[in-house]
Order: sequence, then C-alpha cells, then structure tokens
Amino acid sequence: MGISNIWVFSQESNGTATSGTLELLTHARTLGGGVTAFVGGDASAIAGILGEYGATKVYATGDLGGALPGSAVASAMKAVIDGGDSPDLILFPQNYEGRDVMSRLSVKVDRTVLTNNVAVAVDGDTVTVTTPVFGGNTLVSTSFSGSAPYLASFRPKSFAAESASGAEAEVVAAPVPDLGSTGGATVTAVHVEESTGPKLDEADVVVSGGRGLGESDKFSMVDDLAKILNGAAGASRAIVDAGWVPYSMQVGQTGKVVKPNVYIAAGISGATQHMVGMKGAKNIIAINKDAEAPIFGVADLGIIGDVHKVLPKLIEALEGRG
Amino acid sequence: MKVIVCVKQIPDPALPGELDPSTNTLKRDGKLILDESDSYGVEMALQLVDAAGGGEVALVSMAPNDEMSGMRTALAMGAAQGLLVSDSALAGSDALTTAKVLAAAVQRLGGADLVLAGTESSDGYTGTVPEQMAEALGLPSVTFAKKVTVDGSTLKVDRQTEAGYDEVTCPLPALVSVTAGVVEPRYPSFKGIMAAKSKPVETVTAADLGVTPVGWEGSGQTVASVEQAPAREAGTIIEDDGESFGKIVEYLETIKVI
Repeated sequence: MGISNIWVFSQESNGTATSGTLELLTHARTLGGGVTAFVGGDASAIAGILGEYGATKVYATGDLGGALPGSAVASAMKAVIDGGDSPDLILFPQNYEGRDVMSRLSVKVDRTVLTNNVAVAVDGDTVTVTTPVFGGNTLVSTSFSGSAPYLASFRPKSFAAESASGAEAEVVAAPVPDLGSTGGATVTAVHVEESTGPKLDEADVVVSGGRGLGESDKFSMVDDLAKILNGAAGASRAIVDAGWVPYSMQVGQTGKVVKPNVYIAAGISGATQHMVGMKGAKNIIAINKDAEAPIFGVADLGIIGDVHKVLPKLIEALEGRG
Repeated sequence: MKVIVCVKQIPDPALPGELDPSTNTLKRDGKLILDESDSYGVEMALQLVDAAGGGEVALVSMAPNDEMSGMRTALAMGAAQGLLVSDSALAGSDALTTAKVLAAAVQRLGGADLVLAGTESSDGYTGTVPEQMAEALGLPSVTFAKKVTVDGSTLKVDRQTEAGYDEVTCPLPALVSVTAGVVEPRYPSFKGIMAAKSKPVETVTAADLGVTPVGWEGSGQTVASVEQAPAREAGTIIEDDGESFGKIVEYLETIKVI
C-alpha cells in the first residue's frame, strides 16, 4: 500500500506561499504519491505557486472571517476525510497555526501527533520522523504505529525548497462545517510589529543580543550592527521575557529557528534552548565575558570579552569602511 | 469564577535530561518540580479570579508515582485544590492520551469557566496538549495568549503571532494557553506554603477517569532509534585585548560578508 496520499497544511503570507510551505511541499514530493495542499483561507492567490512546488490539488476553506484557524481548519479537514479523501500523512509547519490545526485534528481523528521534527522517511507503510532533543545533541527517530492518517509537524528550514515547475493546482472547496461550541474565538484586530530590514528567519546575517548587554538601552548596539551588516536583529529568550524586545525577535526553541550565513551572538551564554534556534548557522561569532559560556562550544570565532567594549569598536570599524 | 489550571511536574531543568535506555523516554524518577511555564498559568488564574470578585483556582496534573510537590507549589501560590492523575499504566503516554486524561480530570472537577495551560512544557515541548484538550472538552480556545482579561462572559486576549499580536475575543467557557511572561508569578508566602500542606489533592487513576487505552499501547508510536547528533566543533576562541574587534572584521572579510 505504502504512503500514496500526502497533505501539506499550506499557508499564505504577503500574497504568496510561505517559505515553510514550499519546504514541506518540496519534501512531500520525494516521499512518493500525490501531494495535496490544504489551505485555511482563500487559496486563489497561491494556487499557482502551490502547483509549481508540486501540489496537484488544493483544498481551501475559503476566507475564515476572522475565526482562529485551529477549530475551523481542523473541522474542514475532518469533513474532507469523512467524505472519502483520507490522507496517509499530513505535514504541518511547526508554527502557531500549524500546531493548533494539527492538535484539533488529532482529537477528531483520534491519532497521535509527532512534533518538532527535522526529518521524515517513508519505508513501505512505515513513516518515521526525527526530532532533536536535549538541545539538539540527541536525535530521536520515532515511527508511527497503527493506521493512517499520520500527523507530523516540522521545524522551519528542515528541508530545502525547490520548484518542480508544476502547473497551477486545481482548487477544491473544503468549507468549514458548523463548529458548534468550539468555534467562538474571533480575531478583532491585527497588530504587526514594525520592523525594517530582512526578516529574522530569512536574513543572511543575524546579530542577536542577550542578557550580557546589561540593560535594554544597550540593545541599540545589536540593532546598529545588524543594520550595518544588512542583517536582522535577534534576541535571547531572557531579554524577551524581560520585555526589552518583542517576542517576534526571539531566537530559540520557543522562538524562531534561523540558519543564516552569519550569526553573531552578543552577550548570549548559549542556553541549549537558544542554541537549538541557531546552531545551524554557517558561521557563528560569539562575544561573551564568560569563558565557560556554552556558546563558545559552537562558535567559529569566539571573543571572550565585554560586549560594551567590543561592539562599539566593531561598529565604528565597520562604519569607517563606508 | 472557577478557573482550572493544568500544571505539569517535570524533572528539574537545571539538571541534564536523560533518556531511559530501555524505553527511550525521558527519565522522570528523580525530583519533580512545577514547570515554570505553568507558574504563569497559575498566576494568571489567581489574578483573573481576583478581578472577577472571587471564586476558585483548581489544578489538574498527570504525574508518575503520586508526585504532587509541584502541585503544592501552585497551592502555596493560592490555588484551592487539585486533582492528580497518577497511574503506572500511563507510562509512555503520548500527548493525545495526556490531553484526554487531563480533559477527563477537568470534567471530573467540573464547573470550569476557564481552563488555563502553558503553551508547551519545558521538558517535552510537544506543544499540542492544550489545544487537544480544548477539542476533547468541546471548548473554544485561544492559544499563545500574552494578555488575558475577562469581561463578563467574554474573554479578551492578545494572542501572539509571527508578526506581532492579534486581539481576540472568545466566549466563556473556554481554554487558553498562556505564554511565558504573560504575568509575573508570585512567590508563595510562608503562610501560603503552610496552608498548601492541608489543601485537598485527590489522586485518581486513568481507569477511574474512564480513559483507555493509555501508556505505550495508546501512544500510536514507537521509538525507532536514538543517535548522537554530529557535533558542531568550536573554532578559534580568543581573549579580548581591546583589538579583537579587528579579528571579527577579518573573519567577516574572509567569508565575504563585507
């Protein structure tokens, strides 16, 4: 039988499919069988790119009208499954929407979920996913037992995205059924935190600050350095929790996972939950006063020093180059 | 107002985690403490009950070996009572089973206007149990709440998003998962710690709650392998002598970033 029907929970951002969606579609193509995209919302703007990246069909709920996606999209998925199109495997992105939809669906179809994965392999009927634990030092591979559908979520940048030059996919309506008591949550206003420069999880250069900066004002050094290098500024959980910078800048297990060409960690000790978010960077530069800081275990260039002394000189030197 | 808070009791995160080699699951036989993520839920519940003019905060937890020390911490903060599900049959349970067990526990306590949980546990971080519980309970839910207020029978929540946050309304009863930092958790007072010793915590098994199958049998998964990840090796580490910034500039030049 094998795995022949794979769904990818697909998302839109700024008029096109998210990079996470394209990554999952690309990998789904390699697992054998047909790939279907499932969109919570109106898919007309992205049917083209979803098809290009390998989806042969797109289910779309249509505009959710402000309803939170968890119950709405999971219910729409369940209706399609009950209607006879039951996938063997559903790939979800490890983000807010993906988690919520997958969670609700798992209860509706009474199937387990495996989350935070970085790989998936199919061998006949067996689907095995791999997740890093203990700060990424240990990889645990788990196989689904029992019958399909298998529900799994994946960390950003687990796979590379590559066009299949496929044709635009057919969009099939998958309306949201009556949600009964579960559907009451509604978005009444959307707030976007202003940020200039490249997006944190897409930037080639990321400069991150941590508690070693001392006080929230000093984060401006991180901002300045990021700007000069045309990069994005990031933060450790410690300073996000302390309210110095918004959560959208958090890098780590419970923040964003970044894989830039260069990651500069200023005043960050390297708690395992932070390292999970940046260990994949090609080049890591760390500045920290503490010679024992775990971040030095992964840094390509480590400076044992005071960020208040090193950063200003570094910024000045870079500014001087014009 | 009655708020039920889900609390997890986990191995102390300050200690390195370990897998039990015979089962490849997290070892949970040492000291267990209240997951910091859940201290935010407990504090949020106490504040909401206070703002509503009174009521009760109750706890549910699933833990091995009748462990309740983490629950005592939450009781010391001000929760009134708890229901602990402890059962050796639950060993190896997955998130879905955990959600079903906790949902059954919430129903057994009864009367919740609001159910609170953290967004993910600090040891397992599967991150799905709260939303799975909401589905099992037939409740609407708002996850990743960074701010929560109750206005009569309506919740107003600021919900974290990738780009910032959304304002969300939701009717009660509902389930909400809260992010770290949503409120500042109080330190239990000495009086609170003393009082917690005599607050009631009922212990039940999965069978008492009618949840089956549980444990390994109900988990829908088997661990195939555990491997060490290829280690990233450290490069050059130098002490700042005032000129180390130059080394950074050099490095950036070498990799052609500047």
